Amino acid sequence: MSPKPLNTDRPLPLRPLVLGAVALAFSAIVLGRAQAGGSHWFPPVADPLVKEECGSCHLAFAPSMLPAASWQRMMSNLKNHFGDDASLDPAVTAKISEYLVANAGDRGGQRYGDKLLRGVTGTTSLASAPLRITELPKWVREHRKVPNWEWKHQEVRTRANCTACHADAARGYYDD
Amino acid sequence: MKPITALPVLTLALAMALPVAAAGPRDDQLAAYAAAARAANPAFAGFSAARGKTLHTQNFAGGKPESPACTSCHGNDPRGAGRTPAGKVVEAMALSTSPARYTDPAKVEKWFKRNCNEVLGRECTPLEKGDWLSFMLGQ
Repeated sequence: MSPKPLNTDRPLPLRPLVLGAVALAFSAIVLGRAQAGGSHWFPPVADPLVKEECGSCHLAFAPSMLPAASWQRMMSNLKNHFGDDASLDPAVTAKISEYLVANAGDRGGQRYGDKLLRGVTGTTSLASAPLRITELPKWVREHRKVPNWEWKHQEVRTRANCTACHADAARGYYDD
Repeated sequence: MKPITALPVLTLALAMALPVAAAGPRDDQLAAYAAAARAANPAFAGFSAARGKTLHTQNFAGGKPESPACTSCHGNDPRGAGRTPAGKVVEAMALSTSPARYTDPAKVEKWFKRNCNEVLGRECTPLEKGDWLSFMLGQ
């Protein structure tokens, strides 16, 4: 490498400094967003089996979005999964159930699901635990301004289609 | 020196690999469907990709009203992606576009069971499964 004549009279390497500052500012923004959106970040499913089996037809919803009792109720009746037969073999069902329950919004995922699960009732028994994330009081409140025509838009069609509006939902972000 | 000593080893490895490559999981599954189809009907004379295409594209009345055909979710072009009612993209079914498909027989069976029930309102027969698979493997 030949020495650059421009740098000979400049002891401070300005360019790396500026680049460093830009990188720092960028990570500050990203970090700030992650912290500000603390109530809007739900760690995505990390288990490959759960991702595959729960994420073929719809987004593999974050376990922290529902309480443990809800996941238990849902996993005990996959034969009728919101009108679809989503049954799996018993061993796979048990493994998925274990993961969802362990990371549920009132268990391991409490830090993230806490606000979303506020005001949720019926979690004391399997029969009454809520099944739809989209019927949780906090969810309904957060989406009250979304007009009907938007739900019916052909790119949306169902309230379960989070990624239609939340571009980063698969990575756990629901800020936008 | 080295290439000469390596040659017999290579030949052996090739000889061992070839039969495995010739009868992969796809062929095994087709063979199993063929055996079942023959058991159900001794006049079974092989699978037909053309019948598979018809199965894939035709409308059925026995299943769910929102999914009368395979193409309701998979789309009209087997080489193009489809979309589930919940908005998830379904990778193309054609083997030429999705070369990783149809290597896990249990996965294939799982989706036949679910989707035939949704679209036809019943499980598919081994003949239908073999026809459909033949169609997609050739696409």
